[in-house]
Amino acid sequence: MNKFKLRLYVTGKTAKSERAIANLKEICERDLKGLYELEIIDVLESPQLAENEKILATPTLIKDLPPPLKRIIGDLSNSEKVLLGLDLSPASDSDEQKEDTQ
Amino acid sequence: MTALKKHTGIEKIKTPGRRHGDEIRHRPYENTGIEKRVRYDQRGGIAGIEKIETGIEGFDMISEGGLPKGRTTLIAGTSGSAKTVFAVQFLAEGILKRDEPGVFVTFEEPPEDIRKNVISLGWDVEKWEQEGKWAFVDASPVVGEDRVIAGEYDLGALLARIEYAVKKIGAMRISMDSLGSIFARFSEAGLVRNELFKIAAAVKQIGVTGIITAERTEEYGDIARFGIEEFVADNVIILRNALEAEKRRRTMEILKFRGTSHQKGEYPFTVIKNTGIVAIPLSGIELKQRSSTVRISSGNAELDKICGGGFFRDSIILVSGATGCGKTMLSTEFASDAVKNGQRALILAFEESREQLFRNASGWGIDFEQMENDGILKVVCRYPEAEGLEDHLIIIKRVIMEFKPHRIVVDSLSALERVSTIKGFREFVIALTSFIKHQEIAGLFTSTTGELMGGTSVTEAHISTITDTIILLRYVEMFGEMRRGITALKMRGSMHDKDIREFNIDGKGMHIGKAFNNVTGILSGHPVFISTEEVDRMTELFK
Repeated sequence: MNKFKLRLYVTGKTAKSERAIANLKEICERDLKGLYELEIIDVLESPQLAENEKILATPTLIKDLPPPLKRIIGDLSNSEKVLLGLDLSPASDSDEQKEDTQ
Repeated sequence: MTALKKHTGIEKIKTPGRRHGDEIRHRPYENTGIEKRVRYDQRGGIAGIEKIETGIEGFDMISEGGLPKGRTTLIAGTSGSAKTVFAVQFLAEGILKRDEPGVFVTFEEPPEDIRKNVISLGWDVEKWEQEGKWAFVDASPVVGEDRVIAGEYDLGALLARIEYAVKKIGAMRISMDSLGSIFARFSEAGLVRNELFKIAAAVKQIGVTGIITAERTEEYGDIARFGIEEFVADNVIILRNALEAEKRRRTMEILKFRGTSHQKGEYPFTVIKNTGIVAIPLSGIELKQRSSTVRISSGNAELDKICGGGFFRDSIILVSGATGCGKTMLSTEFASDAVKNGQRALILAFEESREQLFRNASGWGIDFEQMENDGILKVVCRYPEAEGLEDHLIIIKRVIMEFKPHRIVVDSLSALERVSTIKGFREFVIALTSFIKHQEIAGLFTSTTGELMGGTSVTEAHISTITDTIILLRYVEMFGEMRRGITALKMRGSMHDKDIREFNIDGKGMHIGKAFNNVTGILSGHPVFISTEEVDRMTELFK
């Protein structure tokens, strides 16, 4: 399996941020143990990074590797959707994706 | 707390010790749970809302000083109503005229597109970015972005980026363009509205003056889509691009400025190259022109006599007549008389080409070419259809500012009538005449009547009250011959000859002769010859 390179953008240490971090760690530990590299970026501390990456909404999880590049927005509480975004879910079919990305 | 007016419930403070920024301790709303915070200025009065000049020509006059300082104003308009131009210009003028840096938040077009699009308006955004005077916050959609929504989110990152950009360049102005697109990208309208409210509140707190643009679906309907006006409802400006009688007409209207004054109603504006938006404040023009009693020659000694000694130096003269009856002749003499006296003359021709005008003039022994080479005459020929009326006005104003003429000829004004609606035309004439009067120069406008004999034109009907002098040139049919008559119909502030006089045009110009004493009905277009005896009898009767 390919190595996952993930970046999570959050804004400040809010409950939503904490929730996103916890949810992500849980998913990674469960489904990607030892196969992932995670970087957490606080927009308040690195606004220029957010500007370069054109981050509007937080939390935003970016999957750089493996391709294709994906953005998963929200506190990642819907783990089914997260897996779908990471292309890990066997149920991932394109129709469903389209609906989500509206 | 002194002097509390109990009977009105309104508190009047006269305490001299009150300082700027103090809040009143007494709260008349105490029991209602409403806290009323009032800020005081140095003199103890309630601090008014300050405005900052936008630098947008004409707009500062309509808005009586610019946009409310430290607040956010909503600019709403349909697609193509120049919202983005307004948003960009607000920052551009700030940088150019007041050295105030600005942040541009773009939700729709990527920054590269904006940089490219505004170059033709004379704004080098890229240079300003390098100089640290302009910063983009790029919130435009990422092409081909693959997105999944998996839980709760907010737009905190956007707010953080805006705050960062403002701090980075020390911005005083911020433009956000345009909000519709962000609602299209995030399906939860309620959440987006709430987040935008936070952003508007944050912008207010930082103290920068902002504008937000938003789409409208109709020219006359809801202020904006998605209920955006609710959170920036303090100040609303509407830009319109309405279709009237097959012609596009741009107007702007300040719907409200909470707590401060502005001019009401719609004002025409235009977007022109190397300048951007130029608004035309009509009622903003004050009638404070000084009236001069200095007379100038019309270029024709006999006509001067009819007018009681010539035209006034800062008057507007309307010359009306059918095609070919001598209007251009009269205006040529008027212009060349200025030149003879060492004054500059400007001819704006909308009917004839340069070559035609020059040839006509040389036919009367006037050398326009030499005069132009001497820099004392300027002839500008344009097709009426080449621009909208607003653009014509701005071009004319510029030529006048640059050339600083003493006299202006517009030949003919009625040719401009066809490129606009009647309302637009009237506004144009008012704006032009008041501008000319402010410069204290004489303006001679010609107007072509539709009928050969008698009749009036739409132009006259709409501008006759604005003009100071009206000269009528009319064909008179007598004994199977077309003869020409001239009369001064109106000469504001002066006695004038009321006769209708006959005139001829030859190689030396216009010659005014005797009055048509025994003809009536010339102006109505039905001249009737009356025998001399009848005239004498009538004169006797009324003696």
